Amino acid sequence: MIDLVVASAPLIGRGLLVTLGVSLAVLVLGSLVGLAGGLCLLYGSRALQWGVRIYVDALRGIPHLVLIFAIFYGFPALGLQLSAIAAGIVALSLFCGAHVAEVVRGAVASIPRGQADAAAAIGLAFRDRLRHVILPQAVGRFLPAWVNTAVEIVKSSSLVSLVSVVDLTMATQQIVGRTREALLFYGVAALLYFAINFSLSLMGRQLERRYSHG
Amino acid sequence: MYQFNWRPVFDNFGLLAKGLALGLGIALLALAIGCVIGLAAAFCRVHGPRWARFVAAAYVELVRNIPLLLIIYFVYFGLPLLGVSLFDNIWSFILALAVYAGAYLAEVFRAGIEAVGKGQIEAARALGLTRLRVARRVTIPLMFRIALPALGNTFVSLFKDTSVASAIAVPELTYGAIRINVNTWRVIEVYLVVGALYLATCYAIVALLRQTERRLRGIH
Repeated sequence: MIDLVVASAPLIGRGLLVTLGVSLAVLVLGSLVGLAGGLCLLYGSRALQWGVRIYVDALRGIPHLVLIFAIFYGFPALGLQLSAIAAGIVALSLFCGAHVAEVVRGAVASIPRGQADAAAAIGLAFRDRLRHVILPQAVGRFLPAWVNTAVEIVKSSSLVSLVSVVDLTMATQQIVGRTREALLFYGVAALLYFAINFSLSLMGRQLERRYSHG
Repeated sequence: MYQFNWRPVFDNFGLLAKGLALGLGIALLALAIGCVIGLAAAFCRVHGPRWARFVAAAYVELVRNIPLLLIIYFVYFGLPLLGVSLFDNIWSFILALAVYAGAYLAEVFRAGIEAVGKGQIEAARALGLTRLRVARRVTIPLMFRIALPALGNTFVSLFKDTSVASAIAVPELTYGAIRINVNTWRVIEVYLVVGALYLATCYAIVALLRQTERRLRGIH
């Protein structure tokens, strides 16, 4: 059993790296999109608010896998070549962005209005109000929800295996197919996913504590 | 410029409609089984002895932190390798989704149980009801009313999760899309229609739930 694990370790390791890489790329891209989207929802012109609202609400009603397939198979039909991994990252980033936009909006909306008014009263410009008064307070509310999103993204990253990316899930599938050791290797994969997500949650809790004191 | 051709999609619309119905049925069944699992886990976590608390907590934390796809593969490919070949692909998926849903519902129900007023329970106990009867007649009905909105949201996300069943060839909506694409390669049209179908169904469910909630609130 031990030599089976040793023999499979490189493939599992490569799969794990792909899972981590995809998740990280999605989180970075999605958070940027989400931050911009959230600020549009809060402070954008009416047209901008509408546009972002439609984006956020539309993605909420579509399964992640459907968008991954649509982008992976659809883009080539439009004459755009996109690798499987890129298609997965784009699709999941769109979901991540929609989630984060809503989280940002909620976090800022939870800050009492008086704070913004007070900051305006002492003559801070819009950008300074946002940077020095609103956003630092919103971070404490933003982080726990953001960490939840991150956990969901790591889990959803497994869907890229269905467009033939060899991530942790696909690597596990290949190894189980070859060795027929189901309990062992599904167990290893489950523990690895659990370790990533549980440490994310712990990190989130710690950050939350730090920011909850202001 | 891309030339749209909607014919293949509409010629095969029956495939999509059947897939949609199957997805809804699977989600409903998984929700029902998940409710049983979740209820058991929630009661274990709140009222159980120490070992039961630990088992319930371990189940909830583990399942909520691993991908659904991995659970599906374990049930569909793993269990037969371990000598358990009881389920075809549809039942494997239902089972996997129910186990997955149970972990989320356990948290929903736990919050619900904890939100039921202590006074209500004490009053019921004072009337001479046994603990089991208190749970059945007081805690669970009150808890369900508190948990109803979260239950509805869980149903919507379970319905969306049924798309993953296409990975093991369950003929639901996403698999229908794959089938049509293999035969006709009208990818853009197919996914536009399928996306719209998912979107419309999700919002229809949400609207229906809102109405039910309002009506339930009207009674009291």
